[in-house]
Amino acid sequence: MRKWTVLFVLLLGILPSVQAETAQQKGLAIIIESDNRDKGWQDSSADMLMTLRNKKGRQSIRQIRVKNLEVEGDGDKGLTVFDQPRDVKGTAFLTYSHALVPDEQWIFLPALKRVKRISSSNKSGPFMGSEFAYEDISSFEVAKYSYLYLRDEILDGQDCFVLETRPLYKHSGYTKSTVWIDKDEYRIQKIDFYDRKDSLLKIQRFSDYQQYLGQYWRADTMTMENQQNGKSTTLKWSNYRFQTGLTAKDFEKNDLKRQR
Amino acid sequence: MILNVNDKWRVLLALLLFAVMLPSHASEWSGYSAVEYRYFQHQSLNSPAGQHDLSVVLAPEFYHQWHDGQQSLIIAPFLRVDSEDAERSHADLREARWLIAKDDWELQLGIAKVYWGVTESQHLVDVINQTDLIENTDTEDKLGQPMINLSVFQDWGTVELFVLPYFRERIFAGKEGRLRSQLVVDSDKAQYESAAKQHHLDVAVRWSHSIDDWDMALSHFYGTNREPLLQPNQSFTALIPYYEIINQTGFELQNTSDSWLWKLEVIRRETSSQTFTALTGGFEYTFYGVFASDLDVGLIGEYLFDDRNDELATPFEDDVMIGTRITWNDEQSSELLFGVIQDLDSSDAVWNIEASRRIGSRWKVSLEGRFFSVAETNSALYQIRDDDHIQLELARYF
Repeated sequence: MRKWTVLFVLLLGILPSVQAETAQQKGLAIIIESDNRDKGWQDSSADMLMTLRNKKGRQSIRQIRVKNLEVEGDGDKGLTVFDQPRDVKGTAFLTYSHALVPDEQWIFLPALKRVKRISSSNKSGPFMGSEFAYEDISSFEVAKYSYLYLRDEILDGQDCFVLETRPLYKHSGYTKSTVWIDKDEYRIQKIDFYDRKDSLLKIQRFSDYQQYLGQYWRADTMTMENQQNGKSTTLKWSNYRFQTGLTAKDFEKNDLKRQR
Repeated sequence: MILNVNDKWRVLLALLLFAVMLPSHASEWSGYSAVEYRYFQHQSLNSPAGQHDLSVVLAPEFYHQWHDGQQSLIIAPFLRVDSEDAERSHADLREARWLIAKDDWELQLGIAKVYWGVTESQHLVDVINQTDLIENTDTEDKLGQPMINLSVFQDWGTVELFVLPYFRERIFAGKEGRLRSQLVVDSDKAQYESAAKQHHLDVAVRWSHSIDDWDMALSHFYGTNREPLLQPNQSFTALIPYYEIINQTGFELQNTSDSWLWKLEVIRRETSSQTFTALTGGFEYTFYGVFASDLDVGLIGEYLFDDRNDELATPFEDDVMIGTRITWNDEQSSELLFGVIQDLDSSDAVWNIEASRRIGSRWKVSLEGRFFSVAETNSALYQIRDDDHIQLELARYF
């Protein structure tokens, strides 16, 4: 009799939580799993080739070097240096990103040798005239969005979770995004971005995923297609390196002046 | 250390040869060349120069790094050839410095450029490098400064120490040039308070730090005043620069919250003849993506103050600057800066416009305009009141 009581109490305790895994909880659980699988990379560096295409197919390129430092319990630190176009060569950005409080950001202007603290409110503006907004290339933090699991779907032959995310930080250019995450490795495969009027603005696709250190997946190619103006931007990543021994000392204001 | 023009070219050539001979895998050349055209709206009051001025610029930069970037060398000569003013045709070694960087410190040796400050309308605190006034009246072009510069990085901020063994004189427009006073400045006759003249050992120290939304710095400079007093010679045919020894303490503060930047620069300068305080303070507020476009529109407001209250020493003794910065965020990085500095005690004003746009991947076109509305005869700007001009520059980057 007593055994039955214990079992009954256990069932009472467990069942509601199983039944009540809402779409929000499921969405959050998927994102947390995806985020956990990408923890522990410590630091990374990579080269980025950005190709901008307008409606007529005319192209222009930007060459950028990026270093990142993983910060436990906070947003990552990032250092970005321009090689192309040549008139902005040596221009460097330092960002301390945070989930919900504004990022801290400095820019180095090589012509004047001036380090300038800048506002990080410009989330929705284009990054270097591209179809990527600043918020699209900033460090991902779970706390930046709310999540809603929508459905399962096969995308390009891959079984995916489909989630809806809504930004919780200020100044976003989006009302919501639809995100496809593959069930095998929990990698983002596609994002549909919806503008402030809730109409489809851009589609980002992730391809040529490579695995580093036997754990961390990075897409070598990212394409952003603007559905409203016909322009697109492709990012090609190369020379990814992880755990190169970078520390917080390599991500300080003073380091901006030395970047080449 | 005093080099005549021939020596300068020899040094330059030697450095360039040295640069070319270094192994090329960790070395690179970059820089730009440009053509500049200036149009003056009026005939000059003081100079035989006409209303048109054409000049060309060559500004290459050599960079070499080794030891995984811990050590590096930069050599950056600069040359302008001007069709009108022999003084504006000038060569300079903007940089020729070796740098070694470790985790907690960094040492810079040679000719280098250093920027201090936060405000936009004027740069009071920025005292290390001499201003190349003949390049541009906006005081943002600088001559290379020989220095030993040690920086130490601590949790409580960065401390920079400077030893400046040689002083660079300010260059002024010549007889054939515009943007000058009625009397030409005779730099060859420059006088110094210190018997050591250009070899006076100037020193400076600066502490800077960032805490959350705040960026701040405190600095002190002891040495040769970068701004000379200009005194007429006995025959009243020229102005003679006189360089005093000064003690100058500077303070910089910026608060960055959301779309607001709040800025303050204060200096207190002590010379043997006087002590004064000057400041620039204000804000920059940016509207991002106005009218559902990619356009950013910034509003800038700054107050400029100098307690000497002497328009001849500085025209910005009780003035307000109002301006706007428009950034298109387009593929060509188009931008526009427009502003006016209005004197609060008179109707005098200076208007300024700067715009630029990239063409293709290697060209850039820039437009600058300065317009003077000056009626006060005791203002330092009165002499250049008819030098309103626009300049167009086409640069190619390599």
